[in-house]
Amino acid sequence: MSVLVIAEHENGVLKPETAKVVSAAVKVGSQVDVLVAGHNVAGAADAVASIAGVNVVKLVDNASFEHQLAESSADLIVEIADGYSHIFASASTTGKNILPRVAALLDKSQISEIVDVIDADTFKRPIYAGNAIATVKSLESQKIVTVRASAFDAAGEQAPVAVESLSNDNANTLSSFVGVEQTESERPELTAAPVIISGGRGMQNGENFALLNGVADKLGAAIGASRAAVDAGFVPNDMQVGQTGKIVAPDLYIAVGISGAIQHLAGMKDSKVIVAINKDPEAPIFQVADYGLVADLFDVLPELEQAL
Amino acid sequence: MKVLVPIKRVIDYNVKARVKADNSDVDLTNVKMAMNPFCEIAVEEAIRLKEAGSATEVIAVSIGDKACQEQLRTALALGADKAIHIETDAKLESLHVAKLLAKLVEQENPELVILGKQSIDADNNQTGQMLGALTKRGQGTFASKLVIEGETAVVTREVDGGLQTVSLPLPAIVTTDLRLNEPRYATLPNIMKAKRKPLDVIAADTLGVDLAPRIELVKVEEPAKREAGVMVESVEELVTKLKTEAKVIS
Repeated sequence: MSVLVIAEHENGVLKPETAKVVSAAVKVGSQVDVLVAGHNVAGAADAVASIAGVNVVKLVDNASFEHQLAESSADLIVEIADGYSHIFASASTTGKNILPRVAALLDKSQISEIVDVIDADTFKRPIYAGNAIATVKSLESQKIVTVRASAFDAAGEQAPVAVESLSNDNANTLSSFVGVEQTESERPELTAAPVIISGGRGMQNGENFALLNGVADKLGAAIGASRAAVDAGFVPNDMQVGQTGKIVAPDLYIAVGISGAIQHLAGMKDSKVIVAINKDPEAPIFQVADYGLVADLFDVLPELEQAL
Repeated sequence: MKVLVPIKRVIDYNVKARVKADNSDVDLTNVKMAMNPFCEIAVEEAIRLKEAGSATEVIAVSIGDKACQEQLRTALALGADKAIHIETDAKLESLHVAKLLAKLVEQENPELVILGKQSIDADNNQTGQMLGALTKRGQGTFASKLVIEGETAVVTREVDGGLQTVSLPLPAIVTTDLRLNEPRYATLPNIMKAKRKPLDVIAADTLGVDLAPRIELVKVEEPAKREAGVMVESVEELVTKLKTEAKVIS
């Protein structure tokens, strides 16, 4: 069994998801190679070489792959795919965009967002917004799989292995990059943060989200949001936690003014400890919270900041 | 410009799915079904393109058993011009759906196909991307904004770090994110009118696609239950418990 893992990077920096996907990959294959495709990504390739379990790093550094567009990336992966029994990528927006295109080009059914590896063919994955866990067995000769990074621990470190440079220039005529608007934040990234504090509709407006800053600063936490808060325009959509936003599993998740709709729970119910602060004692969030506090968040947040 | 909008009949998003006692699957008997929310957004976007004068015809398509004609009628009531039902009782994977849709794209040759980014039952998030590969078209996935400029679709995509904009020469494939638009409701007169709009039925097995399963569903289980938590009376008590009991902060 040999696995090709597609590395996740942004602006030339390796993202923490990759070490988690590698740890899922080593559960199925003894040979785990990682493809790093992008532009000016030599640093990311070096970082991958030190992830425990990685056999060889394949580096494709070319302007054609600068923005990891699905059309060019998928063609590249298909060219390299031969001989691998499995192709794994993170179920991030990048992985979700590219991998199904790869699967169709290879005429293979894909398995999305696995949370557990049973054996080389069999995986567990949540369905129906996480209300059921399906065990699925791929009958394909080559398994195309995306991995829910939050469900796996990051692989450790090793003495760096070889980085093989491959030349490839897939000029793609089906799409072109226009621009990017990145959300600036000095806080840890949501999907990797050990502590997350999230606000919902109960925050009432965007300015009130600043009330979360004090607590987040003290805990070194990332700030998330429910869909209600995003739709109301309080905060940008990339802060959204839930079935259609980011899936997180931090050590501590503090839900503030969030009722706990099915779609939100889908994104955070695997957190180690959940705290709910809500003035409605009937809010469904209390059914999954380890610690619940029925109180007005506008009183609680300053107090909490003080107490920490 | 012709726009094709594939839609899926799924469990209503407010309903909590129940696992069957024999762990064979989720129990859908007597459960309220509806159009997948992301598909509603796709239909809405296509209708807005028509209202803006950039689309001339909107065709809704659904694949599945007879019951999905109900969702096609909904799409017609919302403003689609014509519906196509690809009828099959087979359990389909995203690749099968993409292959059937690719056959339809070949027949109808729409300049734009708009799909939802994922169905809320299988949560796969695959079909649009697969259709892009099979029809050799560019893909604008997780779209929160779609602008047609002549022969090009400019798509703003919701990505992990923020927003990314790509330009796709038509014909192209777009999948919708929740923030693309706010779908309208069908009015009673439009629901009545929709009954007279054309709905063609095509048997899936006439399209020459192998629908044999490639993924076996071994079992479906309830997720692990969380232990019931405790209610605390004050912020002080909360912080103490987090420090000494849960030990998640120091």
